[in-house]
Amino acid sequence: MSVVPNRRIAAQNVVVEYPIYNATSRSLKQTVLRAAAGGSIRGDDRGHVVVRALDNASFEIFDGDRVGVVGHNGAGKTTLLRVLAGVYEPVSGLVEINGRVSALLDLSSGMDNEATGHENIFLRGILMGLTPGQVATRVDEIAEFSGLGDYLAMPMRTYSSGMLMRLAFSVSTCIEPDILLMDEWLSVGDAEFIDKAERRLDALINKASVLVLASHSEDLVHRVCNKVLRMDHGRATLRSIEDTK
Amino acid sequence: MSGAAAVSIWFRLGWQDIRQRYRRSSLGPMWLTASLAITIAAMGFLYSRLFQQEPGGYVPFLAMGLVIWTFISSLITEGCLVFIQAEGIIKQVRLPLSLHVFRMTWRNTIVLLHHALIIPFIAVAFGLAPHWSWLSIPLGVLAVAATFVLISLVFGALCARFRDIPQIMQSLVQILFFVTPVIWKPESLSAHRWVVDWNPIYHYVEIIRAPLIRMEVPLGSWVFVAACTPLVTAVSLWFFGRCRPRIPYWV
Repeated sequence: MSVVPNRRIAAQNVVVEYPIYNATSRSLKQTVLRAAAGGSIRGDDRGHVVVRALDNASFEIFDGDRVGVVGHNGAGKTTLLRVLAGVYEPVSGLVEINGRVSALLDLSSGMDNEATGHENIFLRGILMGLTPGQVATRVDEIAEFSGLGDYLAMPMRTYSSGMLMRLAFSVSTCIEPDILLMDEWLSVGDAEFIDKAERRLDALINKASVLVLASHSEDLVHRVCNKVLRMDHGRATLRSIEDTK
Repeated sequence: MSGAAAVSIWFRLGWQDIRQRYRRSSLGPMWLTASLAITIAAMGFLYSRLFQQEPGGYVPFLAMGLVIWTFISSLITEGCLVFIQAEGIIKQVRLPLSLHVFRMTWRNTIVLLHHALIIPFIAVAFGLAPHWSWLSIPLGVLAVAATFVLISLVFGALCARFRDIPQIMQSLVQILFFVTPVIWKPESLSAHRWVVDWNPIYHYVEIIRAPLIRMEVPLGSWVFVAACTPLVTAVSLWFFGRCRPRIPYWV
């Protein structure tokens, strides 16, 4: 892993708009709707419905920051995480990221129900940005942590949802992140596994230089974070946690 | 196009797609090969009579044509769905988008290799002796694969945005099948040769098929393919470059 000094995220006037092609825009043509939940909805010049999920968001996150992203449903939290993960390119504005980003958004994405647990460790590991060689060196540790034993040789469709999440969690967290993105605190498995997972997640977060955690839980944000990024209709305000108490 | 560099990823994912088809099925993708073989036998028997052709000349022509056509048509139809089907990955991780196209093309190349098992049987049954021109076949397969990687970048993006296009393309592929000399020989066209000469698909079929049935490297078709390549490359890369940032929003 390359050593990047001063890991940092800088967003400048970031705008993200989703085109919605299968909604009727007729009823929206004249009006600009301001709903209680979600970003602002309007029609664009060609009559498509456009949802502005991020509206001129600007902020700067520095090495060592633990940022809690809060806001009501549809305020743009997940969109923001996807922009930071590099999935969405903003319509306008600049995002500058120094450091390697690891996103724990959907833990099981890329996994295949028909494939065995072992195959899925590789599939998921590769999609987490590991090379097949790197996965191979970690596969025993991942298998051990998941506690799935012989089930790893069976197709994943035979797993209970709890077992599936154990596996997904074990693979997804075997990374060494610079910048870690999380959508809600991960809590998986039964009582015994939850403890183990909690410790692993704590260790992971401690290793990461920057954490961006979207959550609805005030308690969690106050416990883990030192800064709060409040999202409101796509606009972002970043404050230190003391100011929000 | 940085997806090409992520070869370790698409290589593995493409294999995974194939293993998927073998799972819980004793023949797996060989079922497709088996049904293709039966089609060749049935059509070879019927159409050689219908078109009043010697089976010795017609059946190898039909067999090679169908094997190649299956490859090309699945590249077209799966190419249309390439980004739509990868939605789960596209929306979660940042990976080069072309990676999905390489995965799809690689997967279909493996299926082609399955179908190619038919060829030795045809060669033995109809006494086709190996010929030096066969050495150009891998190059032909590579040319087809490369071209359809480029084309799928464009159609994959278009289809992600306009969901009607996959349906339209499916009908179009049907029409292409009848317009392209796969079940009929180009020689049987006395007038209107241009229908064949200006059909790009014909030339892409021909660069693989001609060595197998006529024991020659079809220079004319290679010239056509070589002339198409810069055009296809320029248009695709320009178009894909423009759409690429929008694709995650469309899928």
